[in-house]
Amino acid sequence: MNAITPREAALSVRGLRKAFAGVPVYDGFALDVKRGDILAIFGPNGCGKSTLINMAAGLLPADAGEILYDGRTVDEVRIGYVFQNYREALFPWRRAAENIRYPLRRMGLKRAEIERRLEALVADFRVRFDLNAYPYSLSGGQQQLVSIMRALAVEPEVLFLDEPFSALDYETTLSLRTLLQQVLKARKTTTILVSHDLEESIVLADRILMLTRRPTLVADDIAVELAWPREAATLSAPNFVAIKARCLDVFTRAVAGA
Amino acid sequence: MRGILVPAAGAAGFVALWWLAVLLRLADPVLLPSPLETFNDTAKSFTQGPLLHDLWRTVTRTVLSFLVACGIGVPLGLLLGAKESIYRAVEFVVDFFRSTPASALFPLFLILFGVGEGTKIAVAAFGAALVILFNAAYGVMNARRTRLLAARVMGASPLRVVFDVMLWEAMPQILVGMRSGVSLALVIVVVAEMFIGSTDGLGQRVIVAQSLFESGLMYGVIFVAGALGYLLNLTFLLLEKRFIHWAGK
Ligand SMILES: Nc1ncnc2c1ncn2[C@@H]1O[C@H](COP(=O)(O)OP(=O)(O)OP(=O)(O)O)[C@@H](O)[C@H]1O
Ligand SMILES: [Mg+2]
Repeated sequence: MNAITPREAALSVRGLRKAFAGVPVYDGFALDVKRGDILAIFGPNGCGKSTLINMAAGLLPADAGEILYDGRTVDEVRIGYVFQNYREALFPWRRAAENIRYPLRRMGLKRAEIERRLEALVADFRVRFDLNAYPYSLSGGQQQLVSIMRALAVEPEVLFLDEPFSALDYETTLSLRTLLQQVLKARKTTTILVSHDLEESIVLADRILMLTRRPTLVADDIAVELAWPREAATLSAPNFVAIKARCLDVFTRAVAGA
Repeated sequence: MRGILVPAAGAAGFVALWWLAVLLRLADPVLLPSPLETFNDTAKSFTQGPLLHDLWRTVTRTVLSFLVACGIGVPLGLLLGAKESIYRAVEFVVDFFRSTPASALFPLFLILFGVGEGTKIAVAAFGAALVILFNAAYGVMNARRTRLLAARVMGASPLRVVFDVMLWEAMPQILVGMRSGVSLALVIVVVAEMFIGSTDGLGQRVIVAQSLFESGLMYGVIFVAGALGYLLNLTFLLLEKRFIHWAGK
């Protein structure tokens, strides 16, 4: 495990336990995420990736253990969460811009500050479609981009993304990925990304956590030391290929073979 | 244009059949007046008689009981839907009274509210409120879980989640409830006007026309009541279409 001093950790998980109907998913799980890092979580179906980030985001109670954000509980910090199913996460009765303003209003920010943040996001993501449209009239990629902007608007201490691209086509995924890595790195947002796509995990992450089947443990914890920004050429860099090979090896041994 | 033409042709066919039945003397003319006679009697009652006033009374009673029903049914439905365990507990009672013919409740409401306006409005409101409540509760219970979680993650308090998400998620179903509710309120109001000491209203007018053998007027009032019900239904359909723009998308 990469050594992270407590001060550097944006998120620390200790002794986490969770069982569904008596079947344990987590039985003493620990994790530290360094401030500013993008951590990708990769594991087989049903190993508990969503369960983990839902517990971290305070959407699901843990049976035992602690999840702390620099010493504070989730209720005391601002987090962002992007759901896999953008269609069911956005509010279709509000225009796209109103969706993005919603969490800012909940924070009680002044109107000028809300508009400033909205404009900054529009510039960062180079948004060219009409944010006054209702979500259902936007394309899937545009809707998921609105979800991402909504989650980032609060300037979260940790951003959670649960398979954010799995419902999008390849071309859309590529362009969203590129935008997202630029913005996350520019804003130094600590991010936890759940992905089913190994290549995507490597391209977007500073670190990859490979999980085993239930009860879930860390099969491997791999630092991705590739230069930012990561571009098309990154995919053929020797370092990238080596990391991918190692991940696949771990996956077949610890995950699929178990 | 076609959208109007086809139903218009159907209605014309209906009137033609009616006229044919009159010409063939299929029934006693006292029981089955001609469409023209019906129209003339009705128009006369509108312009010179009490029909306009009756229509107005029935509309006000229906609207009033509908408003009372919304005031009770929507908030209560939201509340019960948000706490599913409570809804499950009262579901049987709601279902039971929803299935009870409202007319069977007249005597009870007469005891509670006396003979007068109050009783008619109360029974109609009671019936409509249950329908609206039931639909609002189901709308909330079927709210997308992801949206509720999204609101929570964004720092919405439980009360805000109710007003910012659950209410909107339930809105299509609430409007369906309102549409059935207003139709039911009209039915109950008309029946109440017939049987609970009334001097006006469409229900009263039908009964009076029948007892005086004014069959032309009687048919006319029935058609007026029908048109009223149809228009109320149509209004809510249009409201749903305009207001719930996101439904099914
Ligand atoms: N509310 C629940 N009730 C019962 N079992 C649950 C519940 N939520 C999750 N589980 C179970 O816990 C395990 C972990 O689920 P989770 O959704 O976290 O997996 P995942 O790693 O995100 O899977 P996927 O890759 O399919 O998204 C699964 O076996 C699932 O069936
Ligand atoms: Mg999942």
